[in-house]
Parts: sequence; C-alpha cells; structure tokens
Amino acid sequence: MARSTTSYLVPLGLFLALTALLFYGLSLDPRKVPSPLVGKPAPPFTLESLKEPGKQISSDILKGRVSLVNVWASWCPSCRQEHAELLRIARDSDVQLIGFNWKDERPAALEMLSRFGDPYTLSVFDPDNQAGIDWGVYGAPETFVIDAEGIIRHKRIGPIDAKVWAQEILPVIQQFSPKG
Amino acid sequence: MPHTNTDPLFSMSSNHLIGNTLRSAARTAVLASALVCAGAAAAAYTLQEFTFDSPAQERTFRDLTSKLRCLVCQNESLAGSQADLAQDLRKEVYGMLREGKSQDEIITFLVDRYGDFVLYQPQVKPSTYLLWFGPFVLIGVGGWLLLRALKAKKAEPEPETDAAERARLHQLLAATEPPDQAK
Repeated sequence: MARSTTSYLVPLGLFLALTALLFYGLSLDPRKVPSPLVGKPAPPFTLESLKEPGKQISSDILKGRVSLVNVWASWCPSCRQEHAELLRIARDSDVQLIGFNWKDERPAALEMLSRFGDPYTLSVFDPDNQAGIDWGVYGAPETFVIDAEGIIRHKRIGPIDAKVWAQEILPVIQQFSPKG
Repeated sequence: MPHTNTDPLFSMSSNHLIGNTLRSAARTAVLASALVCAGAAAAAYTLQEFTFDSPAQERTFRDLTSKLRCLVCQNESLAGSQADLAQDLRKEVYGMLREGKSQDEIITFLVDRYGDFVLYQPQVKPSTYLLWFGPFVLIGVGGWLLLRALKAKKAEPEPETDAAERARLHQLLAATEPPDQAK
C-alpha cells in the first residue's frame, strides 16, 4: 500500500506548495518595482535649489556622509502623511535629509514646507523630471538611502512611518555608516 | 412642378420614412464624429508635440512606446498611457530617437533606470529562464508522468479468478434480476 499512499501524497504536496506560492504572491504589491539602481552610484544631477531660485545644487552634496533623498511633491497626499515622520527623523537622527521636490510648482511646495515644517537639510527642485528619470523615480514619495561614497543602498517606495524607519531604513543607514 | 402626393396614407408613411432616414443619418454622423474625435484625441496626446524626420522614425517611436510599460498605470504601454510620467518618458524616448540613438540603446537607458519591469516582454537571461522555459518543463514532466501511468496500467495483468470464485460469480449473476430485463 506504500505506492498508493505516495501517489496520493505527492500530488497533494505539489498542490499545497503551489497554493502557498500563489498565496504568497497575493501579499506582494505590484506597485513596488525593485530599483536596478540599488548598489550603483547615485546618478549625478545639477538642479536648482527649491528655496533659492537660481542657485544650483549638484549631487556632490551626497558625498561624505549618509544621506536620505526623499522624493516628494505638494500634490502627493502620501507625502503629507509621511511629513511628520520626516520632521522627527530630522530632529532625532544625524542623517542628511535631502528634499527632492518632483514635478511640482515652487509656490505650492514652499507653502507646504512653511505650513507643516521643513525637515530637509537641502531641497532641490525638479519640476520637469530631468533628474527624476535618471533616478528612476515613478511616483512620490520615494526615498533613497545613499552611503558616504554616494552609492544607492536602498530605495523605499511609498511613505515612511515609524515602523518603516525602524525596520527598513535605519538598519541600512547603520550598516553603511562609517564606523568610529 | 414638383410632384405632390395626394394619398394621405402614402404621404404620411413617406414622411415617416424620410424622418427615420434623417434621424438615423444624424445618428450615424454623430457617432462618426465622436469616433473621429476619440481617434484624434488618442493620437493628439501622444503625437501632438512630436514631429518626426521620417515615417520610419515615427514607426520606430510607435513601436518602442508600445513595447514599454508605463510604471504608473502598469497595464498600459507608454504609448497608451495618459499618466504624466508616461508623457515625460515619451518625451525622453522622442529626444533620444532624434539624437539618432538606436532602439536597443533607448531600451537599455530605460531598463537601467526603471528595471526590467518597463519591458512587456522580459529579456531571456538566467534570472528569467524559469519564466520562459518553466511552462515547457512542466508540460514535459506532466506528459512523461501521464505516459508512464498509461503504460503501467496496460502492463498490469488481469486479476486471476479461480473456479470457486467463478462459480460464485455465476451464482450471484443468476440471482440478480437486471431491472430492464435485458440479458
């Protein structure tokens, strides 16, 4: 009877394995497309400052320390949702937080910063998606973790909250922070 | 002098007929213009601001943008998407085409930034072998198992019955009256 038991158990096992695989598939978010840029140098850019029109800021600011580049826009509700957490990060952590204002209008962006607070060390302004395409940005908010050598170490798609910060972002920052 | 029909019945039905014809013509015209507008609008938002050096270049552009996926509306191609990002990427593709870049160079440019996901048809490479060849492997394995099962069944010998068993079977059959009396 051993043969007939296996002939039942093997298909059942295969069926359960397939079910588990498909069930796992349901929990994945198709909007989260892994970035091919992780592990590569951050694409260079020269963009205007959001706050000082005419002043150019280059991607050299990313060298020498770990930075977060947060892609945001005033038209994006999820950006407003993560704003409080960004303010907390700016206050409690010594990471350099760069605001990457994307496909936005300057007055609306400045209005949002003055109303809700400005968490950014520096803000660059990319209304025409010049640098955004090089960075593979396809929505807001997105947040890149850049190490001191200017290599992209992580990309977060979607808003940051306390849990995402503690479980997803902070470990990467700690891993790539210069020791000592 | 124009012919006037005096038969009231005929005149009425004739008017009725003309009215119907006019109405349906009007309807056709409205429908046709709606279709034309839709077509024009669909063409306008993709190609309105793009002028091409040659019909071949335009064909390449259409071909490329229909092969590339819009990351915002993920079931739409770059050619068909109204999303703002799709328009940015169409402009980018257009700019690169005008610079004389090849299709492959443009595709590489986008894949480097947005990943393989921008391609509707995944490239054949080690990480996609399972995707490309998995179904054939599964069909092969399934076919092999099926053949093996069929062969095993054929090879199985008929169960032997001894004389006593046969006698008992005959007895059982005789005792059982088939419901339809057919024997």
